[in-house]
Amino acid sequence: MNSVTNILMAGVGGQGVILASEIVSEAMMRAGHDVKKSEVHGMAQRGGSVTTHVRFGEKVFSPLIKDGEVDILFSFELLETVRYLGTMREGASLLVNAHKILPPSVTLGKDSYPDDIAGLLASRYPRFELVDAPAIALQAGNPRAVNVAFVGALSRYLDVPEDSWHAAIEKMLPPKLVEVNLKAFALGREKQN
Amino acid sequence: MKVLLSGNEAFARGAWEAGVSVAAAYPGTPSTEILENIVQYKEIYAEWSPNEKVALEVALGAAIAGGRALACMKHVGVNVAADPLFTAAYTGVGAGLVIITADDPEMHSSQNEQDNRNYAKFAKIPMLEPADSQEAKDFVKLAFELSERFDTPVFVRSTTRISHAKSIVALAEPEKHAAPAAIERNFEKFVMLPRNARMRHPIVEQRMRDLAAFADAFERNELIMQDTGIGIIASGTAYQYARESYPDASFLKLSMAFPLPEKKIREFASRVDKLYVFEELDPFYEDQIRAMGISVTGKQVFPICGEFNPATASTGISGAKPAQAAPLLDYLPPRPPNMCPGCPHRGIFYILKTMKLFVSGDIGCYTLGALPPLSAMHTCICMGASVSAAMGMDKALGDNNLGKAVAVIGDSTFVHSGITGLLDIAYNQGACTVIILDNRITAMTGRQEHPGTGFTLMGKPAKQLDYAVLCRALGIEHVRTVNPYDLEQVRSVIEEEVNRPEASVILAQAPCVLHRREYKEPGPAFHIEVAECIGCRACLQIGCPAISWHPDEGAKGAAHINTLCTGCTVCAQICKKSAIKSGK
Ligand SMILES: Cc1ncc(C[n+]2csc(CCOP(=O)(O)OP(=O)(O)O)c2C)c(N)n1
Repeated sequence: MNSVTNILMAGVGGQGVILASEIVSEAMMRAGHDVKKSEVHGMAQRGGSVTTHVRFGEKVFSPLIKDGEVDILFSFELLETVRYLGTMREGASLLVNAHKILPPSVTLGKDSYPDDIAGLLASRYPRFELVDAPAIALQAGNPRAVNVAFVGALSRYLDVPEDSWHAAIEKMLPPKLVEVNLKAFALGREKQN
Repeated sequence: MKVLLSGNEAFARGAWEAGVSVAAAYPGTPSTEILENIVQYKEIYAEWSPNEKVALEVALGAAIAGGRALACMKHVGVNVAADPLFTAAYTGVGAGLVIITADDPEMHSSQNEQDNRNYAKFAKIPMLEPADSQEAKDFVKLAFELSERFDTPVFVRSTTRISHAKSIVALAEPEKHAAPAAIERNFEKFVMLPRNARMRHPIVEQRMRDLAAFADAFERNELIMQDTGIGIIASGTAYQYARESYPDASFLKLSMAFPLPEKKIREFASRVDKLYVFEELDPFYEDQIRAMGISVTGKQVFPICGEFNPATASTGISGAKPAQAAPLLDYLPPRPPNMCPGCPHRGIFYILKTMKLFVSGDIGCYTLGALPPLSAMHTCICMGASVSAAMGMDKALGDNNLGKAVAVIGDSTFVHSGITGLLDIAYNQGACTVIILDNRITAMTGRQEHPGTGFTLMGKPAKQLDYAVLCRALGIEHVRTVNPYDLEQVRSVIEEEVNRPEASVILAQAPCVLHRREYKEPGPAFHIEVAECIGCRACLQIGCPAISWHPDEGAKGAAHINTLCTGCTVCAQICKKSAIKSGK
């Protein structure tokens, strides 16, 4: 019945989560879908938790995903992933960037960063994929293309023509960064093993 | 052509398509990007005004002069602009005047979650409420038409989930708007002396009746008749959430939040079995619908606090709470926002903390100085309140306050509404010390220009406010300048000034680390000699994201500096063992 696909993107301010959501939304529109996307700007961007909701399909009403209806949780940071697991529907896919950013209470020595999050996720979620996007970005030639490399991995989960992705990347990035990001996207799109 | 636009981009586009000639605003989440997007349309004069009252008055003046004008602000900005707002309802306009108020249910980036639909009723100004970006664009254009047709300012209300959500918009060609030839003089309409205002008030009341008739005829107040078991009245994103949860129910989708279409509401109520009003924040529709004598369910089952989400409608209507799966981990370290590495505010708050001063605070990035480990701000109410509240504290405490308190305010906030408070301190002889954190930009909302930065919104070089000269002109005799990265200087100047039984201002000047034009890396990054670190954790007390604690190193653990370090030197000045050294 529900012909809408829901992607929740999570990460930390400064990781390029919002740019990634722009690229995905643009690609979806170009592929002929109705699209809505929503996030919060302002205070939260100062190193805090960031989420953006991307929804597409025939007709989208709500700009936010209902808890329990996320089809793909697309998380840029290991710990942040855990915060949003409760939003996933049964059998949802879980893509996680292999990256750790210590929250302030951890750097201050008051809390500890949970051990082996990836292992826990792998044991609980059959549709879990850990993506080493920082390594892919380095391989593409620019460590800052992490978010686009990671979008490359996401693209394997979505039935969207390759040229919609390319057009979206070209539209969303400054011209001098397009080439390296297209490369990062392509490398992310290849299944890594 | 169809494009994906945020609500704020769509508002800007709509204003351009409507042929707006003047747009004015003061930044504030979630409204800021409207003006940031308007500058791309070269036909529009756009400005950052010092505050929202000025922005509205600029827009009103432009409208009186015959140019279509737009003023934008966050919800609390309308409080600042309320004075001209209420009387502009009496004068009416010349060319169209539209005010976009962007509310922030959930207070993602705000100090309260007031529901500005109340302003429409209070000020007797019609209000449109879009439910996505297409409507954001369309309703701005419609608002200009209504403004001119009914001779009234018109509100367009947004919320965070409209302003900062993207959806697909069909673009249109702009209307042509020639500059007005001359200003119309009209004593009875524009000079609100009591005799004229008394004549205008009945005109306002008649206008409200005419607008109510319009609301009933307005096809975007839309009856969507499906299954009539449940009927839901909703607007904005609340409508989208309810429509998604109850795709088969009947809806009255309100696109005009005020005045309400009474006939349509009565008709809708008579055609459905169970009537709900599903509205975020206040029972604004509900109370009015009840007053029509219609029985309706609203805040009995839907929350009044916080923003709605797609589950709110079904939770309220069915009473069933969505099931919560057990969390994977019992505890997760929180990730609150933090000042950037190298932020010039950090050292000031560190010193204020060590001096144990009471800090009358204000709003901006520096409000983060209230959070641990700095914890050196003790009030934050509204923009400008730091300065005037410090005066009240001083007068209440008298001599008991000497040497114990200070006010802290950002540069943009000082310009917005700190100047009059400082004038009060000078005039009424408060023994207050006010620290102006001049990071040369409006950082919190994304680095907008203001009168102290030397540039305008449209990128033109501008006169730069000279804070020291201004403070002296207000009557403040002691004006000191400090480098916020020089902790000893900061400490000794604050010490001297707070102990002086007279008013003083301390200007802490250094550009925001994200300031593209002015910020320069001060020098090489720092590192910690682990062998020299005694594990005292003093450097952790500044809450810098570049410093982390490694409990397994050294005798008691050791601190490390990561690649985020900007070389600001603050931690090195704090280290008692000089273990923090320049260079990698
Ligand atoms: C009436 C009102 N308008 C706008 C805002 C949004 N706002 C809060 S503080 C601020 C300015 C912050 O700039 P500044 O004082 O220079 O401090 P900084 O963030 O640069 O440290 C703005 C725009 C608000 N809270 N209230």
